[in-house]
Amino acid sequence: MAEATPVLLTTADGRPLKEALAAAQSRARRRAFLLVLPLLLFVLLTFLIPIGYMLKRSVEHDGFSASALATVAWFETNPNFDPANPPEEAFAALVEDLARMQSEKNTGMAGTRINYSVPGSISLFKAGARAAKDLKPPYKEALLALDPEWGKPVLWLGMQSASGKYTTEFYKVAADRKLTDEGWARGDDKQRIYLYLFFKTFLVSGIITFICLLLAFPVAHLLAVLPMAKSSLLMIFVLLPFWTSLLVRTTSWIALLQEQGIVNDLLVGLGLLTEDGRLTMMYNMVGTIVAMTHVLLPFMILPLYSVMRVIPPSYARAARSLGATSWTTFRRVYLPQTLPGIAAGSLLVFILAVGYYITPALVGGADGQLISNLISFHMNKSNWSLAAAIAGMLLTAILLLYWVYDQLIGIDRLKLG
Amino acid sequence: MKKILILSTALTSLAFAAKADITVMSWGGAYGEAQTEAFVKPFIAATGKATVMVDSENPAPAIKAMVEAGNVTVDVASVEYADGIRLCDEGVLETIDPASLPAAPDGTAAIDDFLAGAVTECAVSTDIWANVYGYDTTKFPADAAPTTAADFFDLAKFPGKRGLRKGAKAVLEFALIGDGVPVGEVYATLSTPEGVDRAFAKLDSIKADVVWWEAGSQAPQLLADGEVVMTTAYNGRLFAAAMNEGKPFQIVWDGQVYENEMFVVPKGAPNLADAMEFIAFATSTEGLRASAQQISYGPARKSSMAEEIIYKDGKTVMAPHLPTAPENLTNALLSSSDFWVDHDAELNERFQAWLAQ
Repeated sequence: MAEATPVLLTTADGRPLKEALAAAQSRARRRAFLLVLPLLLFVLLTFLIPIGYMLKRSVEHDGFSASALATVAWFETNPNFDPANPPEEAFAALVEDLARMQSEKNTGMAGTRINYSVPGSISLFKAGARAAKDLKPPYKEALLALDPEWGKPVLWLGMQSASGKYTTEFYKVAADRKLTDEGWARGDDKQRIYLYLFFKTFLVSGIITFICLLLAFPVAHLLAVLPMAKSSLLMIFVLLPFWTSLLVRTTSWIALLQEQGIVNDLLVGLGLLTEDGRLTMMYNMVGTIVAMTHVLLPFMILPLYSVMRVIPPSYARAARSLGATSWTTFRRVYLPQTLPGIAAGSLLVFILAVGYYITPALVGGADGQLISNLISFHMNKSNWSLAAAIAGMLLTAILLLYWVYDQLIGIDRLKLG
Repeated sequence: MKKILILSTALTSLAFAAKADITVMSWGGAYGEAQTEAFVKPFIAATGKATVMVDSENPAPAIKAMVEAGNVTVDVASVEYADGIRLCDEGVLETIDPASLPAAPDGTAAIDDFLAGAVTECAVSTDIWANVYGYDTTKFPADAAPTTAADFFDLAKFPGKRGLRKGAKAVLEFALIGDGVPVGEVYATLSTPEGVDRAFAKLDSIKADVVWWEAGSQAPQLLADGEVVMTTAYNGRLFAAAMNEGKPFQIVWDGQVYENEMFVVPKGAPNLADAMEFIAFATSTEGLRASAQQISYGPARKSSMAEEIIYKDGKTVMAPHLPTAPENLTNALLSSSDFWVDHDAELNERFQAWLAQ
C-alpha cells in the first residue's frame, strides 16, 4: 500500500480542487432541488395539507365549546361532578348559554355537536334555547319542567366530553363505542358496525387482490413473451376497459350478471338452469368481488407485465438445460424475478380496493357495503369529524400494512413500471 | 413571455366573466333538466341576467365545503328539506326574508300561499316529491294488484322480489305504515326503541327477497329489467319511465312519504342580490307551475294548483301524478326533518348493522 502524499490539488485558476468540486456539486444540488420544487409544492398542497387537515378535523370540533362558554367554565371548575344530579349552578350556566345561543343563532352548532354522542340533542337544544330567556330560577326545576331529558346523565357526560375544542370522541364512535349514562361503553350489538366493516373491507380487498393476481399473472406472462405485434393487440384488450368509465363497466356487469341478465338467460336457454333456478350473482358479495376484480385487474397486469418483459428468457432455458423440471424452473427461477411486479401490483390493487366506493354501492346489495360507503354517508350528513376519524383509522391501518409489507418484501424492490 | 401574459390575462378575464354569472346548483338528471326549463331559461328571458345550472351528486355537502373553505362559487342550491334546516343551524346559509317572495296572483301573501312548512328561515320549497312504491302491471292481474303499503310486505299474496332504498330514512316509516301504524303515529312510534325494533322486524319479514338500490335511477331500472316485481322509488322517476319510455309501471300512493325540496343561498354567495331575485322568480306561482309541467313533483303553493297543470307533452293532466293531489294524500306522511336531523346517524348505523347481519 502506497502512502498517500498530502499534495493539495488545485484547479487551473488556483482554487483547491475539493472546494471547487463542492461548489459545483452544491450548484447542481440546488438546480436539482429547484427542478423537483414544483412537484414538492404540488404534493404538499394537494396531498399533505388536505390529509393533515382531515386528521385535524377528526380530533377537533368547537361547535359546543365555542358557544356554551358558561357551561364549559363550570365543567372546568367541577370536573368530577355527579352527572346523575348536576347542581343548580350547572343548570344556571346552561340556561345562560342557551339564551345567548338563541340571540347569536348558534344553537344548531352546539346541538349538532352534542347530537353526535347523544342522539336527540338537536331538537332538545333548539327548544331549550327558544324558551331560555323566559326561564326563572331555580333553573334546574325550570329546565327539567321544560323537558325532563335535560336531567339525563348521558347528556351531561356528552356536554362535558364536548367542552374542549379537541376530543377523541370521534375515534371512540368509529371504534363502535357509545356514550351511556355510565360513560363510554361497548355499543349495543344492534348498533355495532364500524369495526365489522373495517374487517370486511380488508378481507374483501385481500380476496380481490388474490384473484387479480391469479388472473393477471398468466395474462401478463403471455403479453411479455408474445412477439411485439401480437402483444400490442392483446394489450389493447387490457387497456380498453381501463380507459372506459368506471360506471359504464359497473353497469355492464349488472346487465350481465343480474337474475334476468344475459348470463342467466343464456344458462336457462341452454337448459342448464330452470326458470326458477336462476343464479343470484348480483347485489351480493359475488357481484362486488366480480365487478371490482374486473375494474382493478389492469392495475395488476401492468406492473407484472413491465417486470416480466425484461426477464431474459435465457435464464429459464439455462435452468431447463441444467435439468430442472418446468415447475422447478418456474418456482425457483421465473417467479422470484417477478416478485417486484407482484409486490407492486398487489399493493396497488389492495389499496385501491380498500378505498372503493361506487362499485360496492351499486352492485353490493345488502352485504356489499364497505367502510368507504359509511365515510361517504357521514360526509353527506355533515358529520365530517366522524368521517375524518374513520378515514384516519383506515389510513393508519394501511400505513401499518405498508410497514409490515416493507419488512417482509422490502419497498425498494417495488417496481411500478 | 408576452404570449403567456396575454393568455393568462385572457383566462383571468374569462374567469371573471364566468364569476358574474348566477350559478344554480342542482341534482342533474331529469330533475336538473326540469329546473333548467322551468326556472333558469325563463329567468334569463325575463331579466337578461346570465344564469348557469351546474350538477352535483348532492349539493348540500358541496356548498358546505365551499362556505367552510371561504370559496363560494354557487349562488343558489337545491337541497333536501332536512339539509336546509341543518345547514341553516350550522350558519352555512343566508336567511331568506319571506316578505321578499312574490304574492299569489289574487294578492295572498307568499307566506300564506305556501303550504305549511314550505318556507323556513333559510330555504324556500321548489317542489314536493315523494317516496312511493310502484309495480309492474304485467306481473299482476288488474283485479289482484297491490294497492296498499301493507301489500308491499305481503309476500304470500304478491310473490316476487322487492326493491328498497338502501338507507334508514323513509324506509323505516314505510315499514311501520305497512305494519299498520297510522301515519299520525309513525314518528311517535319511531322515537321509542320498541318502535324501531318493530320497523326492523317488519323489514326482516321481506329481507331475503329485497334488492337494495342506492341511486334514484336504479329503482325504475330494476323494475324494467324484471329484477323486482315492485320497488320503492322517487315518484318522478317512475312517472318519467312510464311517460317517456312507455313502461308498464303503476304507482301506489298509499303510505307515501313526501317532503319539500328547497332552494337555499350559501353564505358568501358571489351574487347575493341576484340569487334572492332568482329564488323569488322561481318560487312564484308561475315558477312552481312551470316546474310541475316538467316533472311530476308537486308545487308547494296553493295558487300554483288553482288551474289545471298539463305535462310538457301537452295532453297529460298532472294532478293525479303529483304527491300533493288530494286523492294521493289520503294515507300519506310528511317526512319529519326534526326527527331525522336528530336520529339520522343513529338509525343509519343500526340500519347498516341490520343489513350486515
